[in-house]
Amino acid sequence: MSVRDTFNAEAAKRILITDGAFGTEIQNWKLSEADYAGTLTLGHDQKGNNDILALTKPEVPEAIHRAYFEAGSDIAETNTFSANRISQADYGAEGLVREINVESAKLARRIADEYQAKDGRPRFVAGAIGPTNKTLSLSPDVNDPGYREIDFDYLKDVYREQIDALVEGGADFVLIETVFDTLNAKAGIMAAIEAGEALGRDLPIMLSMTLTDLSGRNLSGHTVEAFWHAVRHARPLTIGLNCSFGAEQLRPHVKTLSELCDTLIMVYPNAGLPNELGAYDEAPATTAGLVGEWAFAGQVNVLGGCCGSTPAHIKAIADHVRGMTPRAVAVPPVRTRLAGLEPFTMAA
Amino acid sequence: MTTTSTQFVNIGERTNVTGSAAFKKMILAGDYTRAVEVARQQVENGAQVVDVNMDEGLLDAHHAMTTFLKLIAAEPDIARVPIMIDSSKWDVIEAGLKCVSGKPIVNSISMKEGEEQFLAHARKCMNYGAAVVVMAFDEVGQADTQARKVEICERAYKLLTGIGFPPEDIIFDPNVFAVATGIEEHNNYGVDFIEACREIKARCPHVHISGGLSNLSFSFRGNEPVRRAMHSVFLYHAIPAGMDMAIVNAGQLDVYDQIDPALREACEDVILNRDPEAGDRLVALAEKFRGTDAAAEKQAAEWRSLEVTKRLEYALVKGIDAHVVDDTEECRRMYARPIEVIEGPLMDGMNVVGDLFGSGKMFLPQVVKSARVMKKAVAHLMPFIEAAKEPGAKGKGKVVMATVKGDVHDIGKNIVGVVLQCNGFEVIDLGVMVPWSKILDAANENDADMIGLSGLITPSLDEMVTVAEEMQRAQMRMPLLIGGATTSKVHTALRIAPAYTGPVVHVLDASRAVGVATTLVSTTIRDDYVAGVAADYQAVRDAREGKGQNNLLPLDEARKRGFAADMSLKAPPVQRPGVHVFDDWDLADLRQYIDWTPFFRAWELAGNYPAILTDAVVGESASSLFADAQAMLDRIVAEKWLTARGVAGLWSCHRHDDDVWVHDRHSADHRSPDGGSVPEGFNVPDLDRTNEHSTRLPFLRQQIAKREGRANMCLADFIDPAGDWIGGFAVGIHGIDAHLARYKADNDDYNDILLKALADRLAEAFAEALHAHVRQELWGYASGEQLTNEALIREQYRGIRPAPGYPACPEHSLKVRLFEMLEAGKNAGLELTESFAMLPTAAVSGFYFGHAQAEYFGVARIGEDQLIDYAQRLGVDKDRATRLLRPNLD
Repeated sequence: MSVRDTFNAEAAKRILITDGAFGTEIQNWKLSEADYAGTLTLGHDQKGNNDILALTKPEVPEAIHRAYFEAGSDIAETNTFSANRISQADYGAEGLVREINVESAKLARRIADEYQAKDGRPRFVAGAIGPTNKTLSLSPDVNDPGYREIDFDYLKDVYREQIDALVEGGADFVLIETVFDTLNAKAGIMAAIEAGEALGRDLPIMLSMTLTDLSGRNLSGHTVEAFWHAVRHARPLTIGLNCSFGAEQLRPHVKTLSELCDTLIMVYPNAGLPNELGAYDEAPATTAGLVGEWAFAGQVNVLGGCCGSTPAHIKAIADHVRGMTPRAVAVPPVRTRLAGLEPFTMAA
Repeated sequence: MTTTSTQFVNIGERTNVTGSAAFKKMILAGDYTRAVEVARQQVENGAQVVDVNMDEGLLDAHHAMTTFLKLIAAEPDIARVPIMIDSSKWDVIEAGLKCVSGKPIVNSISMKEGEEQFLAHARKCMNYGAAVVVMAFDEVGQADTQARKVEICERAYKLLTGIGFPPEDIIFDPNVFAVATGIEEHNNYGVDFIEACREIKARCPHVHISGGLSNLSFSFRGNEPVRRAMHSVFLYHAIPAGMDMAIVNAGQLDVYDQIDPALREACEDVILNRDPEAGDRLVALAEKFRGTDAAAEKQAAEWRSLEVTKRLEYALVKGIDAHVVDDTEECRRMYARPIEVIEGPLMDGMNVVGDLFGSGKMFLPQVVKSARVMKKAVAHLMPFIEAAKEPGAKGKGKVVMATVKGDVHDIGKNIVGVVLQCNGFEVIDLGVMVPWSKILDAANENDADMIGLSGLITPSLDEMVTVAEEMQRAQMRMPLLIGGATTSKVHTALRIAPAYTGPVVHVLDASRAVGVATTLVSTTIRDDYVAGVAADYQAVRDAREGKGQNNLLPLDEARKRGFAADMSLKAPPVQRPGVHVFDDWDLADLRQYIDWTPFFRAWELAGNYPAILTDAVVGESASSLFADAQAMLDRIVAEKWLTARGVAGLWSCHRHDDDVWVHDRHSADHRSPDGGSVPEGFNVPDLDRTNEHSTRLPFLRQQIAKREGRANMCLADFIDPAGDWIGGFAVGIHGIDAHLARYKADNDDYNDILLKALADRLAEAFAEALHAHVRQELWGYASGEQLTNEALIREQYRGIRPAPGYPACPEHSLKVRLFEMLEAGKNAGLELTESFAMLPTAAVSGFYFGHAQAEYFGVARIGEDQLIDYAQRLGVDKDRATRLLRPNLD
C-alpha cells in the first residue's frame, strides 16, 4: 500500500490530527545566539534561524515533535519552513540547505516511527515548504509593475533542492504551506512533480493557502475557489488553509473548500488573532470548540494549529473531535474550471 | 463567488497582434501602458477570457509575451479573468505559463510534429496547471473534412486521457476554413465543421470546441457587414452542434434575427452548402452591403484620429473619459474664448446624448457616464473662464434642486440633476436636508427658472407642502417640480398644488425630467402645458371628492374584525434574549445577500435580475452597469471602504388591544451579549405590569371595509396577549463619505451614484442576513432553515420584519422608540433626523415578528377615530398625530 493510500485509508476512519506551531514553542526555550549557532561559523547572527536547530540543537525540535505526538498528532511537519536557499541566505546558511532538510526530516521520521511502533497507529511526516520571502506575482517596485525579483525557474530550483533533501531524510509528503502567492505554489508543485518523476514514484503533495484579507483572498489576489482551480493539477493529498486568521475568520472559506474539492481538507489556523501585544492568547478549549464546529459539520479531514498553538491546543482539538465522522470527499460535477484571480467555470 | 459561463464563451481578441492592427502597433512601439488599457477594456466589455498573442515577425514574441503578462498580472481588474496564452511557438507558450498565476488556457498544441512531442507538451501543460486548445492537425496536415476532423480529435483525445490529462481541460479547434472562395472543394467546409462538432462531442465526453471565426469569411475581406452576418449565421448553427467557445470580438456579431433576410439566407445557403451556386449568389449580393457600416466600424476602431470636436462628441456619447482633458485643452486653443468650447462642441455632443436618451436609444447609466465626461471637460475649462472674468455659459435654463429638510436620500435627485445637465440645463444642487428658506433664497439669488424638490420618506411630503406654502407667501411664480419615491401625482394634486398658485408638476422619473423642464422654459408651449397639468390635477381632486369616509369601518368594529391568529403557531421562546451588537459584519458575506432587481430600478432600468442582463432592450446597458457595480464591490470588500454596523434586540412582550408592550428591556439577565438560553424560571409576563421597564408600541389597524371573512389587520394581532416575544433591529453602512468626497473632487457623478446605490443594497442585504441570523440562532425558531438568496428575496421564510414608515406600520416616529430600545446610536452609530430619516443614509430598521401566520399588509386609510385613539396611545396631541399620519388620512 502506497503512503497515499495509507493516509487516505486512515482519513476515511477518523479526523486526523496534524501538529501545531514550532516558532512559538521554540521561543519558550529562550535560546541564545550561541545555542542557535552551535559550532557553526557562518559569519551571521543565527538567532531566530529556527530551522538550523536540526544541526545545532536537535533536542529542541525533537522535544517539540514528541510533545505534539503525545498530544495526539498523526502527522509531524518538519521544522523546515524557511529551510530554502532564498530564506537561508539571510543567515549566510544557504550552503546548509540540504543538510538542514535531511536532518530535520530524519529527526521527524525517527520520532514518528517510534510512536507508530508503540501503538501501531500510522504516523506521517510532512516535509514543510514555506513560500520564501520573494513573490513571483508581484513587483516590489511600485513604479515598475512588470518587474519581478525572481523568476519561475529559479524558484522551482530552490524548491527542488529542498524537496529532494526532505525526501532523502524520509518525508512522506511535500507540504507546500502558507501559500500567499499562487504562482509560487505552482513553482513548488512543478518542483515536486519533477522530483517525483526523478524518484520514479508518487510523491504526494499537500497544499495550504493563507488568506491575507477577510474577503478570502491571498496576497496574489486569488479567492479560495480560484486557488483550487489553479492547483488542482497537483492532485493534492490534502488542500486547505493555514495561518491567516483564527478559526472564527476562516469559517466561510473552509465551507467553500469543503464543498468544492474532491480531495481531503486540512485546516490548521492560528490560535485566534494576536492580542494588542502581538501574542496569541486563545484558550485551547476555545480553539478546539471553533475547529470542532467544522468537524461536526463534516467539513474537514485533518485539523491542527498554526501560529500561537501549543501541544495543549492540539490535545484539546484531538480530544474534541475524537469519534466524530470525518468529511466525505466531495464529488463535484466534471466541469472545465479555469481561474484568473477569480474562478471561472464553464457550463458543461 | 463562482462565475459560471453561459453556453458560449467569448474570448477577447483585441490583445492579439494577429487580430488587431492597433494592438500590434502599440506593442511594436513598446507602448505597453496603452496595451494594458486594451486588455482592461476587453474585460470591462465582457470578455470572459483574454487571449494574448504576440506572434509577429518583427517582435521578440518571448519577451513581449512575458512583459505583457506580468503587467496585466498587476491589474486586478484584468487579472480577475483567465488568460489564454496564444502562440504557435511552444517556447513562447511555456514562457507565458511561467508568468500566469491562475489556471490559463494554452492555445494551442497539436500532433503536427508527431505524438511524442504532442504528449510532451500536453504533460507540461498539465504540470503547469493549464487547459489546452488542441488543433485538428496531424503529421499529414490540417483536418479539412468532417471525417478527418473527427479522426484526429478522437485520436488526440485517446492519447491525452491515456496520460491522465483531464478530458474537461481539452478544447478542440477543428479548423474553421474559408467558404465561398470560388473553389468547389471549399464549399462544404462550413458543414464539415458543424457536423464534426456534433460527432466529436458525442465521442469525446467533457471536451469543448472552439474556433477562430475570421477565417470563415476570408473571401469577404473589407466587407464587414457581410463578414459579421456570416459569423452570426455560422454560430447560429455551430453552437447547437456543440461549439462552445470562439475567439471573436463580441461587439462585431450581429443578432441573427436582425440580419437583412436576403443576406441571412444567402449566408445560410453558403455555410450549409445548400447548392453549388450559393457562393456566387452571396458574392453578388455582398456588393450591395459593402460599406454600409464601414464608417462606423472605422470610427469605433480609430475614433482617436478624428477631428477634435468629433472626438469630444464621440467621448461624450460613449462615456469615455480617458482623453477628455487633452481634447478639451486642444479645443480651447482653437477657440477665442474658453466658454465657446462649452457652448460649441461640448453642448453639441451633449445634445446628441440628450436626443439618444430621449428616443430610448441610450439608458440612464450611459447618460450618467456621459455627464462624467462633460463635467471633467468643464472642470478643465473653469479656471480659464474665471481668469478671463467671463460670465458662465448660458444654458437652456437654471434649476435649483434639493432634498427637503429631514430627508437624506439623494440618489434619485442626483440622477435627475445629471440628466438635466446633460440636456443643457444649469443645475444648482443644494444637497440634502435643505430647509425651505435656503431653497427660496437660492432660487431668487440665482434667478432660477424652476425648483425641483426630492424626498424618499413620507414625512418629506409634508415638508414639500411647506416649501410650496412658503413660495406662495413669497409671491413667487416659478414652477415647482416634485419627485422622489414616495411622491405621487395624487399627493401632488391633493396637497401640494393647492398650496401654490405657480405651476406644480409631479415628475415620475428621471427620463421625464428633461421633457418637463424643457417645456417649462419654452416660450411657445409652456402655457398650454401648465394649464393641462392643472386641469389634470383638478380632475384628480374632483375624483377624490366623491370618495368619502363611507367605506371606513369605525375603529371598534375594525378591532372586532381583527386577525385571530392561532396562538399555537406562535414562535417558541427566544434562545438568546437581549440586545446583540454587530460592529463589523463581513461585507463579503453581505454581498451574497444582495437583491439586485431594486438596484437596476434605481437606475431606471426595468426588469428583474438576472434576466435583465440579457434583456433585448436594456441588457447591454444593464450588463455594463452590473460589471461596474461588481468591480466597485470588489474594491469595497477588498479595501474595506465601508463598515456594516448593526444591532438586533429580542424581548418578551404581550399584546393589549393594538399595542404591544415590550418588557424588561433594561433588566440585565436579558442582555447577555453572546446569548445563552432562556433565563431560568422564565414566566409568562405579568399582564398588568406597565411600569418604567416596559415600552409601549402602538400599531395601526386597517379600517377599510372588507369582504366578509377578510380581517382588518394590525401588527399587534401577531402577538399573544398571554405573553410572547418580539424583536427589533437597526443596521447601517458607515464610512461612505470619504469615498464620495473623492468622486466629487473628480467630478465623477457616475461612481458617486453607483457607490450610494451599492451602499443602499448592502444595508438591505445586511437586514436580510441579520434576519436570517436571528431566525436561525438568536431567536432560533428556524435553526434548520436552508434558503437560497432567491428564496430569501421571495420571503420564503417564517416571520416578517416590518419597518416603521412602510405600509404595515406607516408611522415613522415609532423609530424613536425602536432606536431607544436598541440603543441604536451607541450600538450601531445610527441617528434620526427630525423627520425620522436614518443617518447614515444607507440604513434599515424594523421589528421582528415570529408568528407563523405573520405577513405583510398595508394599513392604508384610517379614520378620525383611530387618529384620536393613536394620538392618545402615542402620547402626543392631535395636531402632532395628524402631521405624523397625514399620508394615511383623507
